[in-house]
Formats: sequence, structure tokens, C-alpha cells
Amino acid sequence: MTQIFEVEGHSTIPTHTAPTIPAKLVDDFTPTLIDYGEHHLCPGCGEPIAMRSAMEAVEELGLVQRAIAVFGIGCYTAYSNNLDIEVLQALHGRAPSLATGVKRAKPDTFVFTVQGDGDMVNEGLQEVLHTAARGENVTCILLNNGVFGETGGHVTATTVLGQRTKNTLDGRQAERDGYPILISNLIAQLEGAAFVARCAVNNAGNVARTKKLIQRAFETQVARRGFSFVEILTMCPTGWFIETTEAPGYLQENLSPVHAPGVLVDRLAE
Amino acid sequence: MAADLMEGSEAIAAAMVAAGCRFFAGYPMTPFTEVLEHMAKRLPPVGGVCINAESELEAVGMAWGAAATGTPAATGSTGQGLALMQESFAELSYGRVPLVLLNMARAQGDYFQATRGGGHGDYRHVVLAPADANEASELVQLAFHLAFLWRNPVLVMGDYYLAHTMQSVTVEPLDFGPLPPADWALDGSSGGTGRAKLLSSLSQTKRRDMAGYDLGQVYVEHAQRIAEMLAAIEPRAESGFTDDADVVVVAYGTPGRYVRAAVERLRAEGEKVGYVRPVTLLPFPDDAVRRAAAGAKCVAVYEVNTGQMYDDVRLALLGSVPTEFIGGPSYDESGFGIAPDLDVNKMKDRIRGVLGRVNGQKAAV
Repeated sequence: MTQIFEVEGHSTIPTHTAPTIPAKLVDDFTPTLIDYGEHHLCPGCGEPIAMRSAMEAVEELGLVQRAIAVFGIGCYTAYSNNLDIEVLQALHGRAPSLATGVKRAKPDTFVFTVQGDGDMVNEGLQEVLHTAARGENVTCILLNNGVFGETGGHVTATTVLGQRTKNTLDGRQAERDGYPILISNLIAQLEGAAFVARCAVNNAGNVARTKKLIQRAFETQVARRGFSFVEILTMCPTGWFIETTEAPGYLQENLSPVHAPGVLVDRLAE
Repeated sequence: MAADLMEGSEAIAAAMVAAGCRFFAGYPMTPFTEVLEHMAKRLPPVGGVCINAESELEAVGMAWGAAATGTPAATGSTGQGLALMQESFAELSYGRVPLVLLNMARAQGDYFQATRGGGHGDYRHVVLAPADANEASELVQLAFHLAFLWRNPVLVMGDYYLAHTMQSVTVEPLDFGPLPPADWALDGSSGGTGRAKLLSSLSQTKRRDMAGYDLGQVYVEHAQRIAEMLAAIEPRAESGFTDDADVVVVAYGTPGRYVRAAVERLRAEGEKVGYVRPVTLLPFPDDAVRRAAAGAKCVAVYEVNTGQMYDDVRLALLGSVPTEFIGGPSYDESGFGIAPDLDVNKMKDRIRGVLGRVNGQKAAV
């Protein structure tokens, strides 16, 4: 018989019988292709959501036993040793070349990169551009938060004008710090790019769209149409120096107007 | 197998294909360009891939990706291009990815780059230095064997003369013994098994193993593997006329051939000189140099640079025999190519100079 002890000022729950609704652990919410549910990324980070979307897409398209993910260097590298698909770790910026070598040597593999804006648009800009121009049959995924999150919030090549960073404390100014690179728009101009899209993970609708676009990019590679690219705007409240709860809105108001979400190229149907 | 007349670049390409190389990426630069051209011709017919990369950084990255799948792969350049690739060489070593690297060097200024490395941290890779196309054919194949045996990059150090000199070459597949299974190679198939493979310079340990993340431990274990590798690989050197030599001359690569010719002619003239030609620059043949130097009055070092291997010779001897540097930078107007100093008569004069000094000193005592 359940006995409930009332303590004044506290609601009480029975602790000596099983709860009517089973308790859930963090692993219960973890996609099967992510080995271990906990991560050490900051609260409010958008990268785990993007990684989850990519892993779900790999699984749902039946690519698990063909997939090789090539990781760049950034906060998201925390996932490089935490996936149940094969992973090759690259140097900062160099993932597209490694992906090229993997795919050319083993054309039946499914190859995608995971890179941040510092990795892809700063250090490795020529890598992604050449890989796209070559029409290399790989997918590059960019997690774009406009800062070097791992080093603590420094200005990158995609930082929007006015954005505060560790080394632009008064906000990025064009006359002093130059203009952001709109990498998806740049890649969309290259004939080798068969699919280019930009999306965000700052609300449920955008997360659902992100997963669909990743799937479309992956399908482009499976159909051997050439280079596919998905830019995902992710929250970085730590690097933006704002409250966690403010980050989705900050992304919407500051990043999205410059790095506008949408499908820029889709030649899968052609 | 019949011999073919070919330049060193082609012999190297043929040897790579014979060794099983099926992926090559490079960026043109003299005197490496011809290796790239020959690989572009030779790889597609055997089902291989050769890519003219957009830069040396991309060349080494592509080769790294191919190598990660267990495909025997190689890249290369001259010293300038290798300088760009150094960061990747270090990471390939930490990540345990076997890759063969070629330096078709301009003169011999890249000795330190090759043997000390310009990459970050505490890594090393084997360096092999052929002196002609036939030896290159063997050492290139050995490079693939050692790369896969130790899961580490191996550098073959060629030069302008080796690349462009035509000679009669026999390239046939060589067997250096069994290799461990490449169970680390990626092909996607381990996904979803709970044991998906990870090939990373940051640790090959997965989070699910709950072993923690300790990059320091990764580096310590890497250093132990490198030490084991360098201790296990037998250094190679060619030597001649060292038994009663007053002066032993040490030189590697193409200048090693000139020194050998100069020493042979001096011997014919009755001079007591000998030579040692290191074939493995790392591990350096310390014992061969010490044995050759035993009883000599001076060990002279000839290099087409300001004296880089000279350091390794002095480290091998640890002051037991006096040393003298008789090389020096020597270039044609292109800044590389034919070195005016590479002339057997000039070399004989320099060696005679050393003989005169050591015997003169002895007479003065």
C-alpha cells in the first residue's frame, strides 16, 4: 500500500513504488547513431541539434554501413569519437580534401564533412570551393554560428556586421573588420554544386526543415549528382555573450537576415 | 624481367604502382612534376586514381583521405611544397595513417626538413634516400611496406638528377614480408555495429568506452611507438674503401654517387680514402659511420647545402674522430638543377685538400 508523507510546503511523490510514467534517461532521447547521450558542449548550443539531424538522416536513408564522416576542428569535434558511423578526423579546414580522397578511393562509400565557419570559411575556404567546383560527389555540412566558439567567441569570416565578438567588442564594423562571406551564395555560383541550402536550428520548424534539407543533400550524393552543401545556422550563446534563452531569437534577428535560409541550388530532380 | 630505359621519375612512378599504390595526388613543381605526369599515365589503367590537386595542401589531404581507406597512396612535391604539407605529416603520424611522401628536392637544403620535420610536436618519420633509379625502385617499394607496417608516413628523398637522369631500370614487385591486416581502414561497413571505426589524431578511443579523453596519453603512446619503430628499422648505408682510409667522406643521394666516383679514382691514384653513403637518413646509420671512421684521421662530409647531415655525422661520432665539412651550396642560375660543384675533379681536389691537412698536421706534430 502506497503511503504518502505530507511535508508542509513541499509536494511529495511516492518513492517506494515504480512511477506510473517511466523515468527517461538522456540516452532515451539520443539517436541510435550517437553512442553516448551526454555531451560537453555548452547549454543552448545548436550543434548537438544539427548533429542529431544529420545522424537521423544517415539512418533514415539507410546509409549507416556506407557512411564515413570527416570532421573538422571545433566544438562539434566532441562528436567525432561519439558516433556509431565511421569517422575520419581532419586538420582544421582540410576536411573537404580528405573527403575527396576517401570518395575517389572508395566510390561506394557515403562521405560527408562536418565543419564550422572558422574551419570551413576561414582556414579552409579554398578547400570547400575547389571541392564544390570539381563537382566532387560528397556532402559538406557547415555549422555556422559566426564565431570561433571553441576559443571563446572570436570573429570569423561569417560574423555579421554589428555582432559582438571577443575581438570586436563594439561589434563587427565593415570599415575595420571587413564584410562577412556568404558562403552558400558563393558555392551556389559554382557549376559543380548540385545542391546548396541554408537553414537553422533555432526553433522546431527550422529543425524539421534542416533535417529535410540534409536528407535532400544526402540523396543528391547517393544519386551521384555532384557536390552537395548544407549550411546550418546554429546558436552559440557562450560565444555571443548572451543568455541561453535569448540565443534562438538572436539568431533570428541577427544571423538569418544576412545568411538568409533557403534552397539556393537543387539539381537533384534534373 | 627485362630492363627498361627510363628517367628516375618514371622509375619511381613504376615502382609505386608495383608496390600497389592506387592513389596519387600532387601539385606540379619542378623537379617533382614528371612523377605526377607518370602517375597520371600509369594509375588509371590499373584502376587507380591520380589527381592534379589545387594546391599541395589539398594534395596531401586527398592522399590522406585515400590512405584512410587502406588504399596504398602517395603524394609529394619539392621542398617548397613539402613545407606546406608539414602540418599534415605530423597529423598523419599521430593519426597512424600510412602514406608515402616524395621530395624530389632541389639541391640538398631539405635535409633538416625531412629528418627533423617542420610539423608540430614530437613525431618522426622514416626517410629513405636513393642515389639512382634502380635503388629508388627498391626504396619506394620499401617505403610502402614500412608505411603499412608501422602505420606512419615514410618519406623518399629524391633530387633533380635522380628525377631526370635516364638509365636502364628493372622494376619488379618486391616482397618485404607479411604485413598486419589493415583492420583500421575505413570503408563505412563498421557503422551501426556499436564498434564503428575512428581514425583520428586526437585519440582512437570512443566515448562509449568511457576511457576518458586524454590527449596527453595519446601523445605519450605515440612517442613510444615512434621510438620502437626507429629502433626496429635497420639503418642502411653503402660504404667502400674504409678499412685503411685516412679520410672517409660521407655523402647521400646523387652527391653520394659523385663522392663514390671521386674516391674510386683517388684510390686508383694510391690515396687512402673511403666513403659512406647513408641510404636511410632516418634512422641515420650511426653504426656504419662509426665503423667506417674507426682508424680514420678525418671524416669529411659533402652535401649541396651549408652542412645539415653534417650534424648527424658529428652526433654519430661524438667527437671520436675529427670532422670537416667540404660541401656547400651550389646552384645553376635557376636556383636548383645542375650544381656546378657536382664535378668529380672538383670533388677529388676537396678530398685531397682534407688528406693534405690531416697528414700535414700529423707530420707537424
